Amino acid sequence: MAAKTIISRPIYGTLSPQPGKHHLFIADAEGALAITDMAGKAPAGFFDGAEIVFIPGPEGKHIAAVEALKPAQLHIAPSFASLLPRLRQTLTNAHMGLRLYLAGTEGLIGQAMQTALEAGIDHTSMQTEHRGSLARRMQCVHCKGITENVTTQPATCSHCGLLLLVRDHYSRRLAAFQGVCINAEDRSDIPPMEEAFP
Amino acid sequence: MSTGTTKLDVVVSDVVPVNDLVTRFHFRRRDGELLPTFSGGAHVVVEMRDGDRTRLNPYSLMGSPLDTREYTISIRRDDVGRGGSLFMHRQVKPGLEMVISYPVNLFSLDLRAKKHLMLAGGIGITPFVAQTSQLAGAGGNFELHYTCRTASLGTYADVLRERYGNRVRLYHDDREERIDIERLLSSQPLGTHLYVCGPAGMINWVRDRAASLGWPSETVHFEHFAAPQPGAPFDVTLAVSSKTIHVGEQQSLLEAIEAAGVDPPYLCRGGVCGQCETNVISSDGKFIHNDHWLSEEDHRSGCKIMPCVSRFEGKSLVLER
Repeated sequence: MAAKTIISRPIYGTLSPQPGKHHLFIADAEGALAITDMAGKAPAGFFDGAEIVFIPGPEGKHIAAVEALKPAQLHIAPSFASLLPRLRQTLTNAHMGLRLYLAGTEGLIGQAMQTALEAGIDHTSMQTEHRGSLARRMQCVHCKGITENVTTQPATCSHCGLLLLVRDHYSRRLAAFQGVCINAEDRSDIPPMEEAFP
Repeated sequence: MSTGTTKLDVVVSDVVPVNDLVTRFHFRRRDGELLPTFSGGAHVVVEMRDGDRTRLNPYSLMGSPLDTREYTISIRRDDVGRGGSLFMHRQVKPGLEMVISYPVNLFSLDLRAKKHLMLAGGIGITPFVAQTSQLAGAGGNFELHYTCRTASLGTYADVLRERYGNRVRLYHDDREERIDIERLLSSQPLGTHLYVCGPAGMINWVRDRAASLGWPSETVHFEHFAAPQPGAPFDVTLAVSSKTIHVGEQQSLLEAIEAAGVDPPYLCRGGVCGQCETNVISSDGKFIHNDHWLSEEDHRSGCKIMPCVSRFEGKSLVLER
């Protein structure tokens, strides 16, 4: 569970059913379990007006659990990038009364939130629940390249190769944590790399 | 003491009757300079010096925020109120020197919105006159739904229709025209923000419907200045300043505290901003809460009161003031 360190570090809650006319869920991997747990608290017929977009991940788990909820629409996607055009289209055509629920890894929650913010949903209006990996999406503050699924501290920028301290400083606009060069004074000073975000 | 605001010395530059109930007042600075800039939805507190009595009432600025040569407010005459509107209607003439507060905005537009949906009831139209000017100047996307009793009491309905055409929809009570709120709220594009200003009943109705139709509270903005209601006189002990004061029938608790020489912070004087929130040390009686600031839980607890609009009936009330 993410602890609050600095003000920009996102804190996630527990999904709960909101009043609304349409309910859009976006989840990856273990995030499916946040939806099934919430389903127990939802009023009868809640999923009749719901759409679930699910990225099962390489192991392909939890698809049956999501199907069992019988949402009005279920879309299984191989990656966030692949569902993005569809998500943008859905949000462009949506009306007030649509509620958004994001569950799973921080990278998934952050990127879905970034898209929803552009569509005009306030981040405080979205339900979020973190499940699964703590892996981070990181922006290198030097070259601006984004590295996905960062699990180590420090981490190597996949674009410019600098060794970066992965900070808790987070940008909702970029959906990424900030990575700052950890050995700018002396590049030969290489601190040990630990598995910090398993 | 008004929090964070200084006063403006102004002169009444014009007084224009708008209809049977509403009169518009124009203010310019006495030194001829431009007035401070403001944003749509802002209000000023007008000091009304009426003999030995001073009333301080908030009114929304309704001019264009792009023009700060003058401020304009429109006041609906309230024949059974505490007399502030009657004073303005009867005593205030062009040339009169008055003092108003700097503008304060507790009802501002959220400019991140993709669209602004505005619902006005009666004299609640005034902040929207300024907000629509602001948005129209910036190419903003808005829609105004305005409910009034009759066409002749539809203050500025003609002006707004002339300026914005079909973006303004009018509803007349006497023709039994009603806002189809379910349909209106369900057909708005994602990213719309809702603004409502009017009678308390209208605000509560709209907020309630919006919440149940899934509008997040961050997207619902409302403003209702509760004018202080007259009521039975009562006595209050101010524990910090060791004073016992009497609140008259036509006086607000805040005014009585000020008359005793104690200077609590205030901003809106209409139960909205929260500045004058005061802790109750002890009480024996019933609170008459009229504010929109404290939560229902706070109201029930009997531990807090907003002295600008709320009153008390009972044996004793001790405030931390």
